[in-house]
Amino acid sequence: MPANTLTELLSASGLRLFRGERCLFENLGFALGAGEMLLVEGANGSGKTSLLRAIAGLLSLDSGVIYWRGQVTLQNRQALCADMAWLSHRLGLKYDLTLVENLRLDAALRGLVRDDDNEVLDRLGLKGLERLPLRALSAGQQRRVALARLVLSAARLWLMDEPFTNLDTAGQLLVREIIERKLKQGGVCVVATHHAIDISAPTSRIKLR
Amino acid sequence: MKELEQSESDLIAGLVAIIRRDLLLAWKRPGDAVNPLMFYAMVCTLFPLATGPSAEQLLQYGPGVLWVAALLATLLALNGLFLSDYEDGSLDQLILSPQPLPLLVLGKALAHWLVTGLPLVLMSPLLAMTFSVPSNVMGILMLTLTLGTLSLSMLGSIGAALTVGLNRGNALLSLLILPLAMPVLIFGARTVSLAVAGDATSAGVYILAAYCMFTVSLSPFATAAALKISNE
Amino acid sequence: MWTFFHKLASPPHFYRIAPTFIRIFAIAGVVLTAVGSWNGLIEAPIDYQQKDAFRIIYVHVPSAYLSMMAYMIMAVSATIGLIWRIKLSHAVAAAAAPLGAWFTFLSLATGSIWGRPMWGTWWEWGDPRLTSQLLMLFLYFGYMALRSAIDDPGKADKASAVLALVGAVNIPIIHYSVYWWTSLHQGQTVLAGKMPPEMLIPLLINILGFTLIFAALLLYRVRSEVLYRERRARWVRELVAGQEAIS
Repeated sequence: MPANTLTELLSASGLRLFRGERCLFENLGFALGAGEMLLVEGANGSGKTSLLRAIAGLLSLDSGVIYWRGQVTLQNRQALCADMAWLSHRLGLKYDLTLVENLRLDAALRGLVRDDDNEVLDRLGLKGLERLPLRALSAGQQRRVALARLVLSAARLWLMDEPFTNLDTAGQLLVREIIERKLKQGGVCVVATHHAIDISAPTSRIKLR
Repeated sequence: MKELEQSESDLIAGLVAIIRRDLLLAWKRPGDAVNPLMFYAMVCTLFPLATGPSAEQLLQYGPGVLWVAALLATLLALNGLFLSDYEDGSLDQLILSPQPLPLLVLGKALAHWLVTGLPLVLMSPLLAMTFSVPSNVMGILMLTLTLGTLSLSMLGSIGAALTVGLNRGNALLSLLILPLAMPVLIFGARTVSLAVAGDATSAGVYILAAYCMFTVSLSPFATAAALKISNE
Repeated sequence: MWTFFHKLASPPHFYRIAPTFIRIFAIAGVVLTAVGSWNGLIEAPIDYQQKDAFRIIYVHVPSAYLSMMAYMIMAVSATIGLIWRIKLSHAVAAAAAPLGAWFTFLSLATGSIWGRPMWGTWWEWGDPRLTSQLLMLFLYFGYMALRSAIDDPGKADKASAVLALVGAVNIPIIHYSVYWWTSLHQGQTVLAGKMPPEMLIPLLINILGFTLIFAALLLYRVRSEVLYRERRARWVRELVAGQEAIS
């Protein structure tokens, strides 16, 4: 199934993955255009994380193709990585470094020069915590730092594995807000969660058993 | 539309960023850097204690001991190269970075050498003195150790990448890397011995330099491949 | 031509055609080894320096040669498996490793026995071949240790493939460094020398014979490997059902 590059940014077909003997998913496919979200639902251990990691390219599939902007992601890793941001349960932050140091590092690795950090930090309720080492922050605050990194990355595609963990109601609302914002800006989000969320944007759903 | 071609300056910026990050992290935990150094000193002390204080004996196997100890200390330190990144999820971020992974891996290995290998090299003259190594040999000793520990950091990063996240990864890392590290040990230790005996050392130094360039340029690719496999 | 390779890479096809080759290689190998060994051990003239002790080269040299060839096979098939994702390739690499290790051990043992009359000891560090064979054994152990340390079979295949490739690249360097190291050592005795044709021909016959035996053993092991790896696949279940129906 060739990718329709006019409207589809992220698409996949024939995805199949085995974990040992168990078939996590088979013949899976989807197509997302700008401003669309893919919701991956399922119980713990059903393969949501594996699917997301496979889309990101951290995990190799047994069969299937994934396209980003019309190009096969397996052969065009750099194009995908430049456009993508990843958020999982393990936040990928260095707890010995401060908030600012973490964000600055991410910017340097992405080759970004930006000056809108403060605005985003303010919006996420992290103002005043900049100079503290990350381990001094609460779990919820640390998660919001990871979200800030996501927002500041200017990536078109967001892959989020259980983004609502460790967040109170206000925090969960915040996540919903930033996802909606991203989708309005024309981004694409793939979210794996067992929380029930409703976002006002075109949403495809995949339910894994 | 993002600029997809990476210019040289982008790559250098990425390399500098990752080196800075690891140096900064090491700075925040100075104790971690001291351990391999103390280990080095202690191993160098073990041999005379075990074999007796005869000065000419010490001079004879001194270079060898200094080298073996440096090798073991470097291996000890290599365990932590990717471990913390693996545990806190930073490894995912590094693999998914638009910067080429071999470049980031090279940066990490270089930073690792700066934190563990370089202090080792700087401390070696002190320990060499206890083996009655003459002072005119110190230059060769430090030069060969610099090239050697750098090669070991590069080679060892492959082993660290293959064993990150495994249960008894530490012992396995040593088992995997030691046979591959033999050439460095042989060339390094023998060159210093030759220097002690007053013979020409240029051949050994050139070989070490060549081997160092070989590992620095090729091992990042093997390490990157191994990291992606281990991280799956 | 491409279909030939494609079919070869298919596990059930390999499983079916392998026994024929195993039989051919095994018989030819045993015959050749018998001929070569008979010639070498009984008929060839006594070496005036080493007397009868040299005769062990008829076992030592083939073993040493095979220990290195096995590693190359392991590294090449592991790389093929890694790049083209062919499962059979990984099975070949996994099967070759223990065989290679055994031949390395054999070469070490025979080398040690050969050297004893000359050196007076069972081990001589000054002999470059012996020392580099020892390092080769460690490389094999490392490979097998890594394989067994990783639970997920696919991951184990890939990780050990990287290790095999890195080892293969380093082997020439290791050999050279050991030779350089022993050349600095005074009074070394090397297990080598010029050989007259009466000695050489049985040796070559033996090398060929050993290689064929190795090939037979390798195919046999790969066959078992394949059966184990594919144990859940349909063709294996049908095979087992067929066997049960017969017995």
